[in-house]
Amino acid sequence: METTFIEIMRQALDEEMTRDASVYLIGEDVAAGGAFGVSRGLVDKHGPLRVRNTPISEAAITGLATGAALCGLRPVLEIMFIDFATLAMDCLVNQSAKYRYMSGGQLSVPMVVRTQAGAAGGAAAQHSQSLESWFIHVPGLVVVAPSSPVEAYGLFKSSLRLDDPVLFIEHKRLYAMKEHLPADAAAIPLGRARVAREGSDVTVIAYSAMVRTALEAAQQLAQEGVSVEVIDLRTLAPLDIETLVRSVTKTRRVVIAHEAVECGGVGAEVAARLGAAAFDELDAPIMRVGCPFAPIPFAPELEQALLPGREQIVRAVRELTS
Amino acid sequence: MTDLALDKLYGFYEQLWRIRLFEGHVQRLAAKGEVPGFPHLSTGQEAVAVGVCAHLAANDYVFSSHRAHGHVLAKGSDPYATFAEIIGRQDGLCRGRGGSMHLVDAANGVMGATGVVAGNLSLAAGAAWAAQALGDGRIAVVFFGDGATGAGVFHETLNLASLWQLPLLFVCENNGYAEFTSREEHSKVAKVSAFAAPYHLPAETIDGNDVLVVNAAAAAAVRSIRSGAGPRLLECMTYRMAGHYVGDAQRYRSKEELAAMKEKDPIDRLRAHLTQRGEPAAELEAIEKRVASEVQAAVERARQAARPDPATVLDYVYSQPLSTTAEA
Amino acid sequence: MKISFAQGVAMAISESLAADSRLLLIGNGFVGLNMEARALLEPALREFADRILVAPVSELALAGAGIGAAMAGQRAAVDLSTGSFIFQAFAQVVNEAANVHYMSGGQTTAPVTFCSLAGMRSAGAAQHSHRIQAMLGQVPGLQVLVPGGADDAYHMLKWALLQSQNPTVFISHALLLGETGELTPGAPMLPVGKARIRREGRDLSIIASSITVPRALEAAQSLERDHGFSVEVVDLRSIAPLDRDTVLKSVAKTGRAVIADECHRSFGVAAEIAATLAEEGLAYLKAPVCRVAVPDVPVPFSPPLEAELTVTADKIVAGALKVLNAGSTMRRPV
Repeated sequence: METTFIEIMRQALDEEMTRDASVYLIGEDVAAGGAFGVSRGLVDKHGPLRVRNTPISEAAITGLATGAALCGLRPVLEIMFIDFATLAMDCLVNQSAKYRYMSGGQLSVPMVVRTQAGAAGGAAAQHSQSLESWFIHVPGLVVVAPSSPVEAYGLFKSSLRLDDPVLFIEHKRLYAMKEHLPADAAAIPLGRARVAREGSDVTVIAYSAMVRTALEAAQQLAQEGVSVEVIDLRTLAPLDIETLVRSVTKTRRVVIAHEAVECGGVGAEVAARLGAAAFDELDAPIMRVGCPFAPIPFAPELEQALLPGREQIVRAVRELTS
Repeated sequence: MTDLALDKLYGFYEQLWRIRLFEGHVQRLAAKGEVPGFPHLSTGQEAVAVGVCAHLAANDYVFSSHRAHGHVLAKGSDPYATFAEIIGRQDGLCRGRGGSMHLVDAANGVMGATGVVAGNLSLAAGAAWAAQALGDGRIAVVFFGDGATGAGVFHETLNLASLWQLPLLFVCENNGYAEFTSREEHSKVAKVSAFAAPYHLPAETIDGNDVLVVNAAAAAAVRSIRSGAGPRLLECMTYRMAGHYVGDAQRYRSKEELAAMKEKDPIDRLRAHLTQRGEPAAELEAIEKRVASEVQAAVERARQAARPDPATVLDYVYSQPLSTTAEA
Repeated sequence: MKISFAQGVAMAISESLAADSRLLLIGNGFVGLNMEARALLEPALREFADRILVAPVSELALAGAGIGAAMAGQRAAVDLSTGSFIFQAFAQVVNEAANVHYMSGGQTTAPVTFCSLAGMRSAGAAQHSHRIQAMLGQVPGLQVLVPGGADDAYHMLKWALLQSQNPTVFISHALLLGETGELTPGAPMLPVGKARIRREGRDLSIIASSITVPRALEAAQSLERDHGFSVEVVDLRSIAPLDRDTVLKSVAKTGRAVIADECHRSFGVAAEIAATLAEEGLAYLKAPVCRVAVPDVPVPFSPPLEAELTVTADKIVAGALKVLNAGSTMRRPV
C-alpha cells in the first residue's frame, strides 16, 4: 500500500517516540497535528506532555529544545516554516550549533528541528523560501533534505539517533507524494549521497523535491538519447563529495539543481569542490540551476516564472552535451 | 537571617573573597596582555552568585551570562580549570575552546555561559523542562543582567516558563547598566521584577549586595520551585564595580557614583556583620589569607599550563565522525 | 589625506548626518573601540543628538524600527554592534527589510543601513567572531558591503546612508579599523557593484574582500619578491551585488585563481566565486582554483587554536604557490 510523505513521517515519529522515552515533540500546534498534519494523533498515543504545543515564540522554543537536549531529552522541535527560523537564528547559529565545541566536548545537543521549506503555490516571499544554505554554512549543524517519503523515513531515524543538532527540511511539495514503505525500511546513514538514477553522459546533482524534477528531466532526455545520472545528496552538511567525484569521473559533465537562490547556494559549494577535486575530469563548465536572485512572488504565474524546474535542467544538460 | 550558623557565614565570606581575588587576577593579567579577548568582571556582584548557589545541589543546572566567573566559582567549579580556560589553556574547563564568555563545567551543573545577551534564558527553560519531564528533582537557574530584559526572548521565556510551570529560577543581576548604557536610558520599567507579574510569575526585588538577604530570598524561592510551584524571579539590585569589560574607560559614570557604590561593597558588609556579632578579626584575616594563597596557586599553575595543540582545532565540532564532514 | 578605516566610517556618518536631516541613527557604536574614530564621531553625535536613539539591547526591535522609519520616508542606520548579533535581528533583516520592496510590488522601499562589526577579531571565540557576509549574500533584496580599505569604508558607507534606495548591510571588520589608506576628498567613488583591482598582475589572481584584502596584498608582494610572480589582487568590495565580470576578466588574463575569504570554507563567499569560475571561467583556468578560507569549525577562544584557522598572508602565499605550480594535465575540449 502506498502512503503519503505526511503519513510516513508520522509513522517514523511514532516509532521513534515508542522506542525512546526521551523523545519529545514540541512546536506550534503540534498537538493538533502541526500546520501540515504530520503529528496528527500522536498526542493521543504519547500524551500531552510528550506532544506539546508551544506559544508562537520561535526564539524561546528553539532555546527550550536546545537546553532540554543538553539535559537528557531528545527533542523534536517543529519550526512551522523555515522562513520563521529567522526568528530563532541566534539560538541555532550561536547556541545549538556551537555548544559542543564551546564546551570542549562536555555537552552535546541531540535535537532535530523539523521544518518545512520550498514553494508550493501562492505562499509568497515569507512562506516559500529555501534557506538551507545559511545553515550549511554553520559548523556544528547537520542539514538533511530528503527527496521522498521513504527517504524521509530512513533519514529521520538516523537524524533522531544522532547526538548533534539536525535541521531536517521537508519540502512542502513532497507532502502529498505517495510511496510504498517496505517492511524492512531502516535508518539511512547520514553523510552519504545516493545515485537515484544511473547514467553516463551528464551528472545532475539535486536534493529535496528537485530530485524528482531531475528524474523527470532525465527521463525526457533519455528519449533524446542523452543518458543522465541523477544524484540525491540527501544530507547537505556533511556533503558527500566522494560520490559526486565518482560520478563526474564517469560522466565528465555536471549540472547542480536546487530550488534555493542560485547565488551562494549549495550549488556554489558543490561546484567549488568539484572544480578543485575533479578539475581534470571535467570536460565542460559546471552548470548551476537555481532560483534567480529575487524573493518568491505571490501570483502563480510569477512563481512559476521564477522557480527552476524540469525545463531548466533539460536546457542545461542540452547545453553541456551539444 | 542572623540565626545562620557561623560556619555558613564564614563559608560565604570565603566564597566572596575567592571570586573577588580570582577576578582581581583576571584583571591584573589582562592588563599585562595575558588574557585573550575581553573578559567581563562581576566585581561588586559576588553576593548574588554566592547567595543563590548556596541552595543548589551539584546536579542543579546553572546557566550564566557573559559575566560568569562568579557563578561558576560559586557553583563549585575548580578555580584552576576555570582560570586555565579564561587564559585559553588545554587544561581549561572547555579545553581552550570557550574562554571567559563560554565557561561550561557540565559535571558540576554549570551548563554554560553565553556571549549573547539573553541567549541563555530559553536554554535554561529547556533544562528545567528536561528536569520536569524526567522527574529527576533538579531545578535550573539562569543568571542575567538587566540589559537582557530588552530582548524579546526574555518575555517569550517568562511566558513559556509560567505556562509550563517549569522548575526555573530567573535571577536578574540588576547592576544598573546594559553594557555602557544606564538602566534609565534603556528602559522605562524601573524594576525588572515588574515584568513577571503579567505572566503570573512570583517575583521580588531584593538587595543583591547583602549576601544574607540573597541567601534568604533564594532559599525561599528554591524551596518553592522544588515543591513544584513553578518558576520564580529574583531581581537582585547590585552594582558593577568594574567596567563592562576589562579596559572599559567607563566615561558614562561619575567618580561620585562609583565611590557611593563602594560603600555598599558586599564583602565589607558581611565583614561588618561578622564583626558586629563579635567574631574575631584574626579569624577573618586567616580566611582571606588562605583563600588568597589558594587562588594565587591556582592562577600560577594555570599560567604554566600547556596551550592547546593547533592540530586539534577541529575536535569537538560533532559528537561522532560524520563520514564526509571534513574535506581533505 | 591618510585616514584609518574607522575614521572613514566616522567621517561618513558625521557628514551624512549633516547632509541629510532625514538620517536617523539607532545606537551609536559604529566604530567599535577605536578611540580616534570615536573622537571624530562624537561632535556629530552631540550636534545631531535629537536624531540619535540610545538603544536597549533589543536587536530585533532596533532593526525593525530602522526598517519602519526608512519605509516612512526617513533614512536610518542601525548599529547592530558585533557581527554575530545580527542573528538576533535576522527575522527583520532578511525577512522584512529584504522583502518589503518586492512584496509590495515596488510601492515601498527601505533605505536602511545595518552596521555590523564582524570577523575574527582575536579571542572573540565562537559567539563574537562570525563572518556574516556569505549568509546575507544569499538574500535577494539586500546589499552587502564589505570594504577592504579606508577609502571604500568612507565612500561606500556614505553612499549607503545618503543615496542607496535598498536595505544595506555594511560590514566593518574589527581588525581593519586601524588600517590606513589614502582618501582624496571629493573624488568620485568607484560605483558599488564594481570590484577594484587593488594591484595588477599577470600570473595569478587573488580574489579578496574585507580583511583579506590587506592580507592578499601582502601575499602578492611576497610572491613577487620571493618567487618572482606577478600577482593581481581583486577586491570584491561588495558581496551583493557581486562583480563577477571583473573576476572573470582578471582570471581570463592570469589563468589562475586563489580566493582568500574569511568565511567558513563550506558555502562561503569563496564557494560562490569558485562556482562562477567553474561555470563561466573554466576555459581560462590552467589549474584548479584554490580557496584559502576558514575550516568548518566554530572559532575557538584560545589564541593558538584561532591562529590555526586564520587566513593569513602566509596561507594565501601557500595556496598561491600550489596553484602556480600546478598545471592541467589535460586538453579541455571547451
